[in-house]
Amino acid sequence: MDSQKERMHSMAKRLMFEKPLGMRDTLPFFYNQKKQARELLTEEISNFGYMFMDTPILEYYETVGEASATLDQQLFKLLDQQGHSLVLRPDMTAPIARVAASQLKRAEFPLRLAYDGPVFRAQQTEGGKPAQFEQVGTELIGDHSSYGDAEVIALLIRSLQRAGLQDFQITIGHVGYVRCFFKEILGDDDSALTEELMSYLYRKNHVGYQEAVKALPLHDEAKRALMGLLKLRGEDEVFDQSKSLARNQECLQAINELKQLYKILKQYQVEQYVSFDLNLISHMDYYTGILFEGYAPNLGSLLCNGGRYDQLLPSFQLNASATGFAIHLERLVEALAKQSNGDERIGILVDDDTFTDGLKQAQNLRQEGKRVLLQHVDQVPDLQQFKAELVEAIDLTTGGGHDA
Amino acid sequence: MMRKPLTIAMPKGRIFEEAAELMKQAGYDLLSNQEESRKLILEFPEQNLRIMMAKPMDVVTYVEYGTADIGIAGKDVLLEQDRDVYEVLDLGISPCYIAVAGLPDQPLSKIAPKIATKYPKVASDYFREQGEQIEIIPLNGSIEIAPLIGLADRIVDIVSTGRTLKENGLVEYEKIVGITSRLIVNPVSYRLKSKEIDEMVNQLSEVVGEDYV
Repeated sequence: MDSQKERMHSMAKRLMFEKPLGMRDTLPFFYNQKKQARELLTEEISNFGYMFMDTPILEYYETVGEASATLDQQLFKLLDQQGHSLVLRPDMTAPIARVAASQLKRAEFPLRLAYDGPVFRAQQTEGGKPAQFEQVGTELIGDHSSYGDAEVIALLIRSLQRAGLQDFQITIGHVGYVRCFFKEILGDDDSALTEELMSYLYRKNHVGYQEAVKALPLHDEAKRALMGLLKLRGEDEVFDQSKSLARNQECLQAINELKQLYKILKQYQVEQYVSFDLNLISHMDYYTGILFEGYAPNLGSLLCNGGRYDQLLPSFQLNASATGFAIHLERLVEALAKQSNGDERIGILVDDDTFTDGLKQAQNLRQEGKRVLLQHVDQVPDLQQFKAELVEAIDLTTGGGHDA
Repeated sequence: MMRKPLTIAMPKGRIFEEAAELMKQAGYDLLSNQEESRKLILEFPEQNLRIMMAKPMDVVTYVEYGTADIGIAGKDVLLEQDRDVYEVLDLGISPCYIAVAGLPDQPLSKIAPKIATKYPKVASDYFREQGEQIEIIPLNGSIEIAPLIGLADRIVDIVSTGRTLKENGLVEYEKIVGITSRLIVNPVSYRLKSKEIDEMVNQLSEVVGEDYV
């Protein structure tokens, strides 16, 4: 890799069409799609009384760079004429915290701020991950109630709906719960072990977590409880399940916060979009309470995320709690482009033997709200072409073939 | 069969047989389509499954990008590539380990020893933890040749029986980490298809005897 030749190659003169790693052009078609989605999102956010603002693209490394949730190696760094280290802003939350703690310090709290703009994350390798992308998001600063948490999540859901996204899921966790859960089972003083177990959860390595738990010098009941944490996900039934695992005051408090949140989300009538996962950890030490991630089908990676962060504003000398979300705009556009527009049809192909079965399946699917046609195979002149017109073809004549 | 099939990226070759056998015991019969073994995508509509046959090193890539919901991948690949996927179950199949090996009685040179390996990240992480600064020589195969021809002082490679080392006159110096195949899941599928995936994980964990509580 490090041969002379390789170095020569990387030093080679750039060709005219090349761009830095992870940078992309936005051509007119995609530009328009983005613009449309952005306008719908910002409309909904404005309707909730949030005020849009912007901050500079460049910030000091020592302030915003160090306070941000982004890993150091993902920061774009450069020097200004005076030799100060600068960063291209890696997210909007830290710059807004800086503004809230300085120029807006005397403004009327709670603050409802929103933003829309490009953020930058340096990529180490090629492979479809952009180094610049657009985030649309909100920050609710100075409201530490469950009403605040619920408002942010409900606004996220309403914004995605307004943009036209039909199918998505927001998974909610509580990092405070995880911390006091470990505290109860491992004891107060084992913070190194707590960090180790949390880091397995953060890295999504459940095998490593289980191995580490098995190796602990604990009695079986404690181990069972630690293993049980991995199962605390689903709908609101997890609140009751959690009580059999850990019962200290802080854990109960965290569960009550989630319950209260769920109750308010029901009043917003958005509860069908949320699920819970009490071992969700989206960042090692940024979020302090309720946190959430959003996913859409046909999109391999995270669509949006957010949560409550209580340490960031104090790092700018403002003693306030805040919560917010950020939507990855390009990924939202991708998810919108991939979703069905509602007039796609499923076809079921039958022969004399399978008609009864096909009819039953068709009726079931129609009950689910799908558009379904039932067709006897003898009457189709060109099967290939017939199937090409369908979003999904269920061919019962070949023993249940299934073509997308 | 109403829903979109669950897509599984399976490693081609030797591990496939073992993995398919496990899946069969868990109630997913993937061996019925074997006559089509040249095909890269196999459909199992009755079980609502789609299998993608992949090079073992590439399984993690398919799963990270979400083109496969689930995959079966060696821990060696997971360690080397550090991808954003859930590692949910140790399947315990194809056990082996990564080890440091070299010619017998050769102390490690003090100045920038050279290590030949297919696993640059695993090797450099290991030696850094040992407090050794080394130089990595990346190779793609026949790693054992490197010490014999004076290309490297040590190799870091997979050892299963130790026969290849022995036949080339090499000895094992340190064991780095044990390796087995793991069940991995795309983070979005983990949420949006949790019902089907949990069912599969539970059934597989019963087969491999892991108490996935």
